[in-house]
Amino acid sequence: MRPTIVPLGDSALLVRLGNEIDLEINQCVHALDALLRADAVEGVIETVPAYATLLVHYDPLVVTYEKLSDWANAAADRAESTATRRPRQIEVPVRYGGASGPDLEWVAAHQRLSIADVIHLHASQRCTVYMMGFTPGFPYMGKLHPLLVTPRLDTPRTLVRAGSVAIAGEQTGIYPVDSPGGWRLIGWTPLHLFDPASNMPFLFAPGDEVRFAIEAIDA
Amino acid sequence: MLEVTDVGGLATIQDSGRSGWRRFGVPLSGPMDAPAFQAANLLVGNPSDTAALEIGAGEIELRANQDCVIAAAGAGYSLSVYTWEFPLWDSCFVRAGWTIRLRKNGWGMWAYLAVAGGFDIPPILDSCSTYLRGHFGGIDGRLLQSGDQLPIGTPQLPLVDLPARTWVAEARPAYRESATLEVIPGPQIHHFTEEGIQAFLSSSYRVSIASDRMGYRLEGAPLMHSESANLISEGMNIGAIQVPADGQPIVMMADCATTGGYSKIASIIRADLPLLAQCTPGKDPVRFRETTVQAAQEKYRVMMKKMKHGIADL
Repeated sequence: MRPTIVPLGDSALLVRLGNEIDLEINQCVHALDALLRADAVEGVIETVPAYATLLVHYDPLVVTYEKLSDWANAAADRAESTATRRPRQIEVPVRYGGASGPDLEWVAAHQRLSIADVIHLHASQRCTVYMMGFTPGFPYMGKLHPLLVTPRLDTPRTLVRAGSVAIAGEQTGIYPVDSPGGWRLIGWTPLHLFDPASNMPFLFAPGDEVRFAIEAIDA
Repeated sequence: MLEVTDVGGLATIQDSGRSGWRRFGVPLSGPMDAPAFQAANLLVGNPSDTAALEIGAGEIELRANQDCVIAAAGAGYSLSVYTWEFPLWDSCFVRAGWTIRLRKNGWGMWAYLAVAGGFDIPPILDSCSTYLRGHFGGIDGRLLQSGDQLPIGTPQLPLVDLPARTWVAEARPAYRESATLEVIPGPQIHHFTEEGIQAFLSSSYRVSIASDRMGYRLEGAPLMHSESANLISEGMNIGAIQVPADGQPIVMMADCATTGGYSKIASIIRADLPLLAQCTPGKDPVRFRETTVQAAQEKYRVMMKKMKHGIADL
């Protein structure tokens, strides 16, 4: 797969394998990530796999953009899209609507659906954790049912409560810690997604399969 | 041990950051003004990435419960020890029982207090840096408060060798009140209108008061998109400038998210980030000028080389 490589500032390089949320492209990203990590190139600090991109953080005192770019290009040729393991199945209980999901009504009105339909479409979908990011342990999951595809807020909220279940575009996610956020909040889960003191700090890992279970519906 | 006796503002423990965990969404954290943080450590004989105290937009007073050597660096603060005033970018000896004060004074936002031996604090996910939004790192993942006890590690050099060292002016960031910051075009620069890109590179922006360790919001000419402001999320770095649909840019700072879903028009280069970090929210104007990755990396190399010789020969 021919990657597009662009700089993100003077200490990171973005390898793009596509522009959409697609399981096959995402598997290529993870395969490339595994290759780059196995090669342990000097000057690479860490990598961040995302839906269709791999961000490589590097130390510009040790390795140049050009050298890293050549190396990523060559590695992309070797990256095979192979599923390496059976995904874990995780069930996430959700309270939908009310104070738990203050945007649920807006989403229903915007999509011309009933609230019950929105909840059903969200909870009946099996989702894949494509990537993690934004805040510690935040799982980016998809794809959402086409009827739930909703734009982000134009101006992000300054505070979203930990446990909030949200949607944006074709994605759904869960806020692991209190943070700002621009996604539409439709519910809340009591699960703890991140515990820094634990040996296993994260509930989710990329590749997991997730189902949402309706725990309650708050009017 | 240093004991916090009075504090206001954004006072946290920071080391060079929590690298290696960004793939799980754990921010790098670390200092807002990296060169000042490193200089403070080097002045007291520490490795440059040792845990130090960061203070922003406030003041702090501490009492030393043991003899130690400290150094403060940054901008916008004055340091006093016992009854004496010391300039920033100097190291000085502190006797047990003496009081150390960092007071807001003049232009600038952030200062660092390093102590010989560093602060001996248990790391979380391999780092002592405080990540406030995540509520972990540093002291219980929170701002420092009165009564906090900050244990001191073992100094690398005899204390007698460390006081009265000065960081040379050439190795300090060239702070100024209306800075022009160099930027590298971002991955989505083509998602903006020609007018938007022109406005970005020719007009001035003000740092909003709605700014923190995660990001500095900028106010000025809106940067209009020619394509959607939203994209599927991708990796993010400190210095990147995200632009949501409202057209007002947000510069990613030390505690920024590891990924993001808004178009990135450009990234501020490493060497210039401290100049933005020290700007006064609601007041100072900044401008942007385009540069290349190669020129930016050269500028960074020159900066780091100067830092190697930062301690003045007496």
